[in-house]
Amino acid sequence: MTFVAPAVFDVARIRADFPILERTVRGKPLVYLDNAATTQKPQPVLDAIAHYYTELNANVHRGVHELSERATEAYEAARSRVRTFFNAADTHEIVFTRNATEGINLVAHSFARPRLQAGDEVLITAFEHHSNIVPWQLACEATGARLRVAPIDDRGELMLDEFERLLGPRTKIASVSHMSNALGTITPAREIVRLAHARGVPVLLDGSQAAYHMPVDVQALGCDFYVATGHKLYGPTGIGVLYGRTGHLDAMPPFLGGGDMISSVTFERSAWNVLPYKFEAGTPHIAGAIALHAALDYLTSAGLDAVSAYERQLLDYGTAALQDVPGLRIIGTAPEKASILSFVMDGVHPHDIGTIVDREGVAIRTGHHCAQPVMERFGVPATARASLAMYNTREELDVLVRALHRVRQVFG
Amino acid sequence: MADLNDLYQEVILDHNRRPRNFHALADASHQAEGYNPLCGDRLTLYLRIDNGVIADVAFEGSGCAISKASASMMTDALKGRRVDEARALFERFHRMVTTSPDEPVEDLGKLSVLAGVREFPVRVKCASLAWHTLKAAMARETKTTTETEGW
Repeated sequence: MTFVAPAVFDVARIRADFPILERTVRGKPLVYLDNAATTQKPQPVLDAIAHYYTELNANVHRGVHELSERATEAYEAARSRVRTFFNAADTHEIVFTRNATEGINLVAHSFARPRLQAGDEVLITAFEHHSNIVPWQLACEATGARLRVAPIDDRGELMLDEFERLLGPRTKIASVSHMSNALGTITPAREIVRLAHARGVPVLLDGSQAAYHMPVDVQALGCDFYVATGHKLYGPTGIGVLYGRTGHLDAMPPFLGGGDMISSVTFERSAWNVLPYKFEAGTPHIAGAIALHAALDYLTSAGLDAVSAYERQLLDYGTAALQDVPGLRIIGTAPEKASILSFVMDGVHPHDIGTIVDREGVAIRTGHHCAQPVMERFGVPATARASLAMYNTREELDVLVRALHRVRQVFG
Repeated sequence: MADLNDLYQEVILDHNRRPRNFHALADASHQAEGYNPLCGDRLTLYLRIDNGVIADVAFEGSGCAISKASASMMTDALKGRRVDEARALFERFHRMVTTSPDEPVEDLGKLSVLAGVREFPVRVKCASLAWHTLKAAMARETKTTTETEGW
């Protein structure tokens, strides 16, 4: 047995790497608690973007000149880094996309649609983000298939027995969030995959939220597809990742057509490039991929296990601290959850909460969080949501709580 | 810097707590639903227009303090007004919440307290939702959103 030293997480050192955390907002130190929407970027990520454009900028996969070769190397090194980050079996199983949304659309379009016939079913859950609902609705509309929704309980946990019951002979794919953006619930992804595979149903996991809070191993999860987005992984916007098993990706038609995704083109017909390029039409977000590489290095050196443990302590602290605010109710109380504090306050609309805490320099999200069905499930029009990242501190949560007392003061 | 108290004035908080004319109107002659997709605020506005005069007006729905207070105060301001007066008031209210915070505020009586939203640009739509819905109802449109109107 290997001895694992207790993780010491030096949050002050982490914070020093994020220049934006130095700034003030409305005369107060910024307290950034909107990480589920997007995270801030550490210096190495900012440096990687600047370095690419000042030293390497050229198009990839097409030039014979020095810069193009070096840009191509850096772009492909980023892909390789993504592979190790998610422990995919092969680098060609990593497709760069714009974001997680594009990854889901790609799978819905190129994998699901050709398999769906009228009466077939696509299974999702009640806490999906709109990005894991709408692409399936489009696929269902186009094919006559039916969208089925596995329910969640009052704590915001997936009802696994209902999920299992809904896996029927007509289910052609299940697409499930690895972690809910509105509630923070972490889904039992391995169990979901096991249940689905037992019935021959492939599974897409949406890792938009999970991937920056916990280690993700796509082979251990056993999923068929996994999507993530760079800007939540402390990387830039506009770059995302789709993991797909070789067998699936090989069999799928392209999603978008254009340059780079072909091996030959005539006006009669074109032949598709090999994986993963078949799915990367046009000039990709080269700088984005390279900066994502830096972000994944950063996250790995911070240590995802340590990040996970630290954020859990922070979540527990915040959960307890919020109880201090009169009339506040947390929405999403699953025991297995991470980094999300979604809440409502008696007699105060979340937007008014957002405006008032903003005056104290605190950035939170208010609204439906692109998960309107979740709001409906809990009978609220909207929630306020504080979402944590590895650079947040207990002191910042104290500022939030003080600001919420101010809300109470204003609204009586 | 704008003070929070400019936005959440006592009269606004009072209308939020106890919205006036907050019910359905069984004998409404005009009705429309307003929606702010940004925040999910939703309200239904009912009007009973007799001979070009707003004889009765009421609303239902859910929303933040600003949108609820704005709707409540609007209904108070509209009762007994002629339709053309209501249209003119819509224009004046529009001007009031969209002019720069540095400009003087046109006196709109009790409605003037809502001028505070000028300091909070993302909240202008909260204040304007009820008014858009009024315009739609008078034009016999059944639905409107703050996005289609653009302010």
